Amino acid sequence: MSVVGTSVARKDGIGKATGAAKYADDLSIPGMLFGRTVRSTIPCGRVKRIRYDFDTTGFTIVDRRDIPLDGRNVVALIEDDQPFLVERDVRHVAEPIVLLAHADREKLLAADVIIEYEVEPPVFDPEASTESLKTLTIDKGHLDAGFAQADVIVEGTYRTGHQEHVYIEPNGVIAVPEDGGIAIFGSIQCPFYVVKALKSLLGPKAHVRVVQTETGGGFGGKEEYPSMIAGHATLLALKAGLPVKIVYDRTEDMIATTKRHPSIVRHRTGVKRDGTLVAMDVEVILDGGAYITLSPVVLSRGCIHAAGPYRCDNVRIRGRAMLTNTPPNGAFRGFGAPQTIFAIEAHMDRIAEALGVDPVTIRERNALVPGDTTATGQRLTADCSALPVLREAVERTDFRRKREALRGTNRGIGLSLFYHGSGFTGSGELRLASKAALELTDHGVRILVSSTEIGQGTRTMHAQIVAETLGIPYEDVDVAQPDTTLVPDSGPTVASRTCMVVGRILQRCAEDLKRRLGDLTPAEYYRAHGPFTIVREHEPPGWIQWDDETYTGDAYATYAWGCDVVEVELDADTCEVRPLHLTAVQEVGKAIHPALARGQIEGGSAQGIGYAIVEHVAMRDGVMANASLTNYTIPTTLDTPAMDIVLLENPYEDGPFGAKGLGELPMDGPAPAVINALRHLGVDLSEIPATPERVMSACGSR
Amino acid sequence: MHDPDAPDSDESPHRLTRRGFLTQAGMAGVASVAAAMPLVGAAEAAPVPEAPDIPGTVPVALRINGTTHRIRIDPRATLLDTLRETVHLTGTKKGCDHGQCGACTVHVNGQRVNSCLRLALMHEGDDITTIEGIGVPEALHPMQAAFVAHDGYQCGYCTSGQIMSAVALLKEPCGPSDADVKELMSGNICRCGAYPNIVAAIQQVRGNTRVSEG
Ligand code: FES
Ligand code: FES
Repeated sequence: MSVVGTSVARKDGIGKATGAAKYADDLSIPGMLFGRTVRSTIPCGRVKRIRYDFDTTGFTIVDRRDIPLDGRNVVALIEDDQPFLVERDVRHVAEPIVLLAHADREKLLAADVIIEYEVEPPVFDPEASTESLKTLTIDKGHLDAGFAQADVIVEGTYRTGHQEHVYIEPNGVIAVPEDGGIAIFGSIQCPFYVVKALKSLLGPKAHVRVVQTETGGGFGGKEEYPSMIAGHATLLALKAGLPVKIVYDRTEDMIATTKRHPSIVRHRTGVKRDGTLVAMDVEVILDGGAYITLSPVVLSRGCIHAAGPYRCDNVRIRGRAMLTNTPPNGAFRGFGAPQTIFAIEAHMDRIAEALGVDPVTIRERNALVPGDTTATGQRLTADCSALPVLREAVERTDFRRKREALRGTNRGIGLSLFYHGSGFTGSGELRLASKAALELTDHGVRILVSSTEIGQGTRTMHAQIVAETLGIPYEDVDVAQPDTTLVPDSGPTVASRTCMVVGRILQRCAEDLKRRLGDLTPAEYYRAHGPFTIVREHEPPGWIQWDDETYTGDAYATYAWGCDVVEVELDADTCEVRPLHLTAVQEVGKAIHPALARGQIEGGSAQGIGYAIVEHVAMRDGVMANASLTNYTIPTTLDTPAMDIVLLENPYEDGPFGAKGLGELPMDGPAPAVINALRHLGVDLSEIPATPERVMSACGSR
Repeated sequence: MHDPDAPDSDESPHRLTRRGFLTQAGMAGVASVAAAMPLVGAAEAAPVPEAPDIPGTVPVALRINGTTHRIRIDPRATLLDTLRETVHLTGTKKGCDHGQCGACTVHVNGQRVNSCLRLALMHEGDDITTIEGIGVPEALHPMQAAFVAHDGYQCGYCTSGQIMSAVALLKEPCGPSDADVKELMSGNICRCGAYPNIVAAIQQVRGNTRVSEG
């Protein structure tokens, strides 16, 4: 192999380094208007009256009555429950009610829309909520029989807060009337999700084209919400007959769009004196916010990962996502797993403490090995790497000795062991039936996929896989801009699936093409025979068996594995937690592009450190009260600890060149490692972020 | 330490931040140029000629990347909005518009500034440099080349700000260590977390150019 496994130059490098790359807000279209969303200011109630307290000349005004007759006022996703525009009932603050457009942004922002409401009492506490968006149970073995074998029972409750994505490019789209329908250009993770939502808005026969512009980060935050914004821009553009641009400012983006689901996870665990886990009873509660959106699948992934990478014969995991009157929570890197892995990994250190063993011993005794079954009954094969990552991290950091050496200082060291399922859950990949295509060009081939480049390196990594398989230079492989009228639906760019699943389809396309080319290069074939395109559909491995009713079977085609070790320093005066060093040992199957893979781990770990320590969304009366980058802080280069990244490779046989999913894994580990490092310091915290206030009260109770 | 629970008093969900009093560039300027453009960004667009007299705007001559642009702007327009929307240099990015992220970093007389915190009008006679002015694909600035070599970006949205900060840093007193570089780069947020590669890129350039260690 010459291209795969090498850190070739990124396809998008020069454009990004010179400022030439075009993001949504960089585009201008003749006649373009600016759009604005008028939002609810109450968390629960009904709209009584809307008054326009400004000179409406030159304005385009859209409300719910402007939904086309063939269309429906729902942002089609999993369930049809969230409207593009409030019909009457308001379920959360910042819910869109009216849309305005004008050529002059100052006039637009000054326009005063007065909305009168009938207010109803809101629900903010997911445990007090009586309306569940989704419930599920995973059952394995016999819980009572398991607890009967236990010498010790350890209980704990763990809480995590909202987390805001803070992609540095705020959300933005432009809608352009085209062919009697609409074309969307925008900062979008999943172009075909937007197509689906707009076909629901405009009617199934409407012409809809969605083009992804260069996208300044997503992290899950541009998975579902762009459908909403695109719908709004579309309604305004169709009414005005002109292009309309909607770009959120930072505050609007923080207040109105999705965040990571807050969670409450309760563990009750039966364990033998020798450390063997014999019973795990887990309750997972997610705050879903005001609409269903993606909560059922976030809950699902969270619950499947809730027992951690451990062997236990008797497991019950009960999950529920509850409705509250806050903006809907949604996709965020890790998708439920960071919450439940935080809980189990913090809990494991408490179990170790209860048994008087160290954190490594308890994990060594229970870590999954090939042949073991997970909570859903999935039997793991040779690509299970829980013990190898644990051993490498412990050895590399000299964990046990360091832990002793730090005793009595203001420094603590903690670790976490974790895994992350690659791709959609269960039969999800089969249902998606993703496609990818390769077409000949006069100098090589072009990749046609709807997978988006959002910084993670999609274009580069896909081009490497194709170049390697065809045996042609990397430079001869182009990657088309995702335009839903030109590329096939490769499924969404989510769930750590872009390399493992879509990369694999491209590999198959390239294998087919290679056979077809015979001795010719792509360019020679093109000159001799003209244009030619190969399309292939994903073929998930035949052995995957999954039952959505009972939540049993092969939850994921494979898992990536990680062990993080974090050293922190506690400021005795301010109670601030400072991360000093992070070691991340992560087994990813095969690193197609080692520098990109490390970049994913560095970036995901930094987000995990932020999640653990500083990222605190202060929800007040159902609205984010600290919606700015001054008051919601994310790690700067100074707050990001030195990192030692170790890539291990244990190939997944059905991934391209053995690659597994990698994008989300690094998000799972840092938070529990930080909390465990604090526990090592004697600070008993079970909630993140570990703000000085929380650390102080935990110290006070020591 | 900030208080994370402190609400931003000037920001409520139905009102869009400070734009109420600090406004964008004159819209008519945007429209007149946009009318001639297909659906592409405008970075390549030629310098804007003398703009028509639009009520509420004032004439200003800005020297940007060595070219003088005679334009009319709303006197409240920030340098960032003027660069992006009136001069159509869109390489400079807006991540927050409040001086909190560094995405909008440009040079004024060689010093780095957050262009979202500057009024364009105040910079008549200054030398303004943006990412477009330090290098082009065929002739990258050494810092741009180092960012490419070290993968000093992922999504790229913070990148022009990072590079402009990094180039300015070369002439600032900065100790030799990575920690010194981090200190001086802490105003440029990268949510993708490309920090280690950014530091590596900057250190490479500093090594090559033998910048004195202040
Ligand atoms: S846009 Fe100027 S600092 Fe964020
Ligand atoms: S590269 Fe994405 S924010 Fe820095």
